[in-house]
Amino acid sequence: MSAVPAAPARQAPARGARRSPSRRSGVRGREAVAGWLFISPMIVILGLFLVVPVLMAAWVSVSDWTGRGSPLSPDVGFVGGANYQKLVSGGGLATQDFGTALRNNAWYVLLVVPIQTALSLFLAVMVNRKALRGRSIFRTAFYFPSVTSSVAITVLFLFLFSASGAVNKLLSYLSISGPNWFADARGVVHVVLGAVGIHTGPAALTDHGFLGITWWEWLAGPSVAMSVFILMAVFTTSGTFMLLFIAALQQISGEVEEAALMDGATPWQRFRFVTLPMLRPTMFTVVTLGLIGCWQVFDQIYTGTQGGPAKTTLTPAYLSYQSSFEGQQWGRGAAIAFVLFAIIVVLTLVQRFILRERGVPRRRRAVLSTRSGESAAVPGAGAQR
Amino acid sequence: MSATTTTAAQRADHARELRADRSAGRRRVGTVAVYAILVLFVVIYIYPFLVQVATSFKPDVEAIASPLSLVPRTWTMQAYNDLLLRSDFPLWLRNSVIVTLLVTAGRVFIDSLAGYALARLQFRGRGAVFAFLIGVMAVPGVVLLIPKFLVIKQLGIYDTFAGMIIPLLADAAGIFIMKNFFESIPKSVEEAARIDGAGPFRTYWSVVLPMATPALVTLVILSFQGSWNELSHFIVATQDPDLRTLTKGVAQLASGGLGAALRYPLKLGAAAIMTIPVAVLFFIFQRRIMNTTTGAVKE
Repeated sequence: MSAVPAAPARQAPARGARRSPSRRSGVRGREAVAGWLFISPMIVILGLFLVVPVLMAAWVSVSDWTGRGSPLSPDVGFVGGANYQKLVSGGGLATQDFGTALRNNAWYVLLVVPIQTALSLFLAVMVNRKALRGRSIFRTAFYFPSVTSSVAITVLFLFLFSASGAVNKLLSYLSISGPNWFADARGVVHVVLGAVGIHTGPAALTDHGFLGITWWEWLAGPSVAMSVFILMAVFTTSGTFMLLFIAALQQISGEVEEAALMDGATPWQRFRFVTLPMLRPTMFTVVTLGLIGCWQVFDQIYTGTQGGPAKTTLTPAYLSYQSSFEGQQWGRGAAIAFVLFAIIVVLTLVQRFILRERGVPRRRRAVLSTRSGESAAVPGAGAQR
Repeated sequence: MSATTTTAAQRADHARELRADRSAGRRRVGTVAVYAILVLFVVIYIYPFLVQVATSFKPDVEAIASPLSLVPRTWTMQAYNDLLLRSDFPLWLRNSVIVTLLVTAGRVFIDSLAGYALARLQFRGRGAVFAFLIGVMAVPGVVLLIPKFLVIKQLGIYDTFAGMIIPLLADAAGIFIMKNFFESIPKSVEEAARIDGAGPFRTYWSVVLPMATPALVTLVILSFQGSWNELSHFIVATQDPDLRTLTKGVAQLASGGLGAALRYPLKLGAAAIMTIPVAVLFFIFQRRIMNTTTGAVKE
C-alpha cells in the first residue's frame, strides 16, 4: 500500500519529480540499492575471476616468480620486460618454441578461417534453397558436431586418423597408403615440394629466420598432424557458422532477388552481386569469431598430441600452459598469454580495417548505412561503421 | 512482415514460371545434384559418430582391423564393463554432473538477476557496468588460464568444488541474453506489481521470471552445454584425481591413461557416453538451439 503514492511519479517522472523531489529520490534510492544488489554477484565473480586475474598475471609476467608461495610475496622480484625479451629475441629454446608455436597457429588460422567461412556459407546457401525437402534434417546433421565437446571429438579423430584408422582404410580403397597422421611432423608445403624434387630450401631462406626458426621452417606449412586438427576445426565449427549465414539469408528480402531475376541475372551473378554483398556484416561476424577462436587452440592439443610430433602442434595457448604448469616458468607463461592477447586484438582490428565497406562511392555508402541503420536486425552493421 | 514476404515469394515464383519450360530439364539435373551434394555432406558429418558408437561395441582387435564397419562382427560390452565397473569413470561422471547442475542453476539465477537490473532498474553507474561487461567479453578465455589459477590458489579454493564451480557462475553472454529478453517484454505488468506493493526482488522473482521461460530455457541449454564440455578451467583449478570431471578424465584416457593406448573401443565408448547428455538436450530443444544461435548475434 505504501507504494501507491509513488506510482504517478513513475508514470510521469518529470512532473512528479518537480512536485515532490524527496519522494522521487526515495523510490529511485530503493531502486538503486536493488540494482546494485542484483548485479553484485556478477560483479564479484567477474571481477574476482577476470579482472583480478588479468592484473595478477600482468604482474607475474614481469616477475621472476617460480610457482612457490604467493606471487605477491615480497621475495618475488621485478624483472621488467625480461620474460618478454626472452620470448622474442633471446635466441634460446624459449624463443624457438614460441616461434614454432606461432608458426603452427598462424598456418592453422590461415587455413581454418577461410575454409570454415566458405564451407559454412556454401552449406547455408544449399540448405536455404526454397524448394528443398528435408531441410531440417540437413541443418541438424551439419550442426550436430558443434554441440559435442572438444574432448569427445578429439578422441574420435584420434581414432579416425590413426595409422590403421577409418580414413586410411578409406584411402586404401583408392590404392593410396595414407600417412600415420598424428605422428607425421612433415610440413604439408614441404611434402608437396619434396614430391617435385625440392628437399632443401634456398640458402636465403635457410640461413635467415625469425623468432629462432628459419624462414624455410616458417614456410613449411602445417604438419600433417596439424592438418588433422585443421580438418577437425572446420568439421566442428562450420555448423554453427552455417546457422548464422542461414539467418542472414532469411533477412534478405525476396524483392531484391526478384529484381535481379527480372534483370536477367544468372544464379551465379545473383549470388555474387546481390546475395554476397548483403551478407557482408555476417561475413564480418563469422571471420571475427573464427579468428578469435582459432588463436585459442588448447583443448584439442591437450587431449590429442600435447604439442607433438616434433612440436608441430604446439600452439601459443598450449605453450603458455606448458611453460607454467609443467616447466614452472610462470613469468614466461604469463608473458606468452599477453602476447597472444595482443595478437588477437591486433588481428581483429586489422581484419576490421580490411573488411570495412569500401569500393562503394561516398554517396551510395551514406544511403546504404542509413538503410542498415533502419533495419537494426542486420548483424554487425554498427560494428562496421 | 510475413505477408510481404509471401507475396514477394509468390511473385518470384511467378517470374520463375515464365522461364520454367526453357530450363526445366536443366533444373531437374540441378536439383538431383543439390541433393547428392547435401547427402554426401550429411554422410561426412554424421558417419564419424556412427563409427564411434559401433566401434565402442567391438573387441579391441576388430576396432583396428575393420575401422569403417558400422556393424560389429562380434558384439561385446567389454568397453562399457571396463569403463563403468573397473575404472574411475563413474567418479568422473558424478563430478561432471555435480558441477554442471550447480553451475547451470547458479548461472541462470545470477545472469537473470543481473540482466533484469541492467534492463529495468534505474541506478547510477549502470552505463559503466554495461561497458565493463562488454570489455570482459573481449578477453579471450585461453589468456585467462594462468591468471585464473593464480587467483584460485591465492583464495585457497584450489582443488575444491568451490574452485571448480564459482568462477563459472557468471558469464557475460548469458547476461546479455537475459537483458535483451527483459527489454522486450512490456513494462506494464511489472508496474502493476509495483503498485500492489511488491519490491524489486519480489517483482523480479514472482512476476518477471515466470514470464521469461523462453529465455531461461535458452540460458539453461547454453550453460549446461558450456559447463559439461568445459575442460581448460578444470585443468587449472584442480589436480586431485578425485575431482576429475569427464572432460579431464577422458582427455587423460585419450593420451594413454588406464593402459588404453590402443584400446579404441574403451576410449570411443567413454566419448560416446559423454556426448549423450548434450546430444539428448540438443534433440529435445533442437528448434530453440538453432534459433538462439542466430538470435544471439542478431541483437
